[in-house]
Amino acid sequence: MIELRDVKKEYSKGVAALNGVNLKIEQGEFVFIVGDSGSGKSTLISLIMKELDPTSGTIIVNGQNLNRMKHRKIPMYRRRIGVVFQDFRLLKDRNIYENIAFAQRVTETSSRVIKKKVPAALSLVGLAQKYKAFPKELSGGEQQRVAIARAIVNEPAILLADEPTGNLDPTNSWEIMKLLEEANDRGTTVLVVTHNQEIVNEMKKRVITMKKGVIVSDEKKGGYRHEN
Amino acid sequence: MKISTFGYSMKQGVKNIGRNKMFSVASIATMAACIFLFGLFYSIVVNFNYIVEKAEEGVAITVFFNKEATQAQKDKIGKELEEADGVLNVKYVSADDAWNSFQGNYFGESAELAEGFKSDNPLATSDNYEVYMEDVAKQKDVVAFAEGLEGVRKVNRSDLVAKTLTSVNKLVGYVSVAIIAILLAVSVFLISNTVTMGVTVRREEIAIMKYIGAKDGFVRAPFIFEGLLIGFVGAVIPLVMLYFMYEKAIQYVMTKFSLLNNIIDFLPVIDVYKTLLPVGLALGVGIGFVGSFFTIRKHLRV
Repeated sequence: MIELRDVKKEYSKGVAALNGVNLKIEQGEFVFIVGDSGSGKSTLISLIMKELDPTSGTIIVNGQNLNRMKHRKIPMYRRRIGVVFQDFRLLKDRNIYENIAFAQRVTETSSRVIKKKVPAALSLVGLAQKYKAFPKELSGGEQQRVAIARAIVNEPAILLADEPTGNLDPTNSWEIMKLLEEANDRGTTVLVVTHNQEIVNEMKKRVITMKKGVIVSDEKKGGYRHEN
Repeated sequence: MKISTFGYSMKQGVKNIGRNKMFSVASIATMAACIFLFGLFYSIVVNFNYIVEKAEEGVAITVFFNKEATQAQKDKIGKELEEADGVLNVKYVSADDAWNSFQGNYFGESAELAEGFKSDNPLATSDNYEVYMEDVAKQKDVVAFAEGLEGVRKVNRSDLVAKTLTSVNKLVGYVSVAIIAILLAVSVFLISNTVTMGVTVRREEIAIMKYIGAKDGFVRAPFIFEGLLIGFVGAVIPLVMLYFMYEKAIQYVMTKFSLLNNIIDFLPVIDVYKTLLPVGLALGVGIGFVGSFFTIRKHLRV
């Protein structure tokens, strides 16, 4: 599903954000990526999103070699990937329904399908009653749930979450993780970049630990490791 | 692009205008000013052309014959002149016509002074062809052509009138084109600024669109619509204004300067708008498109 072969990424000459990363994630896996700031976690997500191109090495996602992917093919590729950010990134001038419908409009889904799928996605995250509310009227946890609904409404094969609980209290953090786990149960491959030790240790999922651009550990049912 | 996506993009384009009210209003106002001035200069130029055309029709070359020229020779000269390039029509003026016209012009109300010439036409050898020009610029060639014809004694022409009319016409055209070009460049610049503002305001939304998998066209379409709409509205306002102002202006000129009534004639507004309306609208929409399309390409590498 996701494969990185000896991937290097240098932002400026000689400074490597990723330095020879080899990684294979199978379909339907739930993977935590942990590490200190600057360890290369976000670069890894950006490379999988094809926001960045690697300096060397090969990235294969959903059977497609990203190195050879043409610019015009990127939108179609991204439609198979859902993404959730720490700061939610909702459109403040649109209500919750419109925020989720937006993800479908972008993919040129018909209005008939949008009317069916948006309420379904809202139900999955438990916000069906609040579809008319605007982001500022919701708590942080609710806003992140909307972001998850937006990420899953197009039924992506992969869900990338970059610090999804970074701005949330423990209760809300657990609710968000539960939603991500439910998406994983429905067959979506989930990659979560996080600093939340409690969650990582508790959930007993695969944990990839990064440090200074390299993978220092990869455990099947791992915990949060502090690499010094 | 699907119809629903098209509708959505249009709606977003309208919303963009609302979000950057000040910039949008400034762009529409500048565009309106440009198209207004374009319309104004266009009206002046076409009317001037029309006046010049009418005046050109009155600019004639006079072709006189040799004393011994036969009627057959004169007919041949007339035919050849009619066929010459740039000639509108050729009129034969007999010696009697020439004398009558001269009497009218010279003696006026004191016609009795011409009585002495009653039986002796002083212009007996002055029958001629009056050659009216279709294009004054070709007058010189026609004169040279006429002078080379057999049986022609002399060709009178009005070089000064012809040259002045042609060069004033050219000058007005050049000045108008220069002013219009500068104004259009300003319009493109302002629309580009408005779209840049729109991109800045919507940076977050655009980033989200890209993450979700929006195609370049989907991201760009609302901005293009915004530019087109600004261009369209910016063109319609001055075109409507000019339509109503045009006739009022002509009425005003004609009443204020009643002397002009006999000399010049203005084009009716419908005739001016046959070209001005499509060209003005195309200019507005075209500038809107160009301004937004190239700006969005520059600022939005999606």
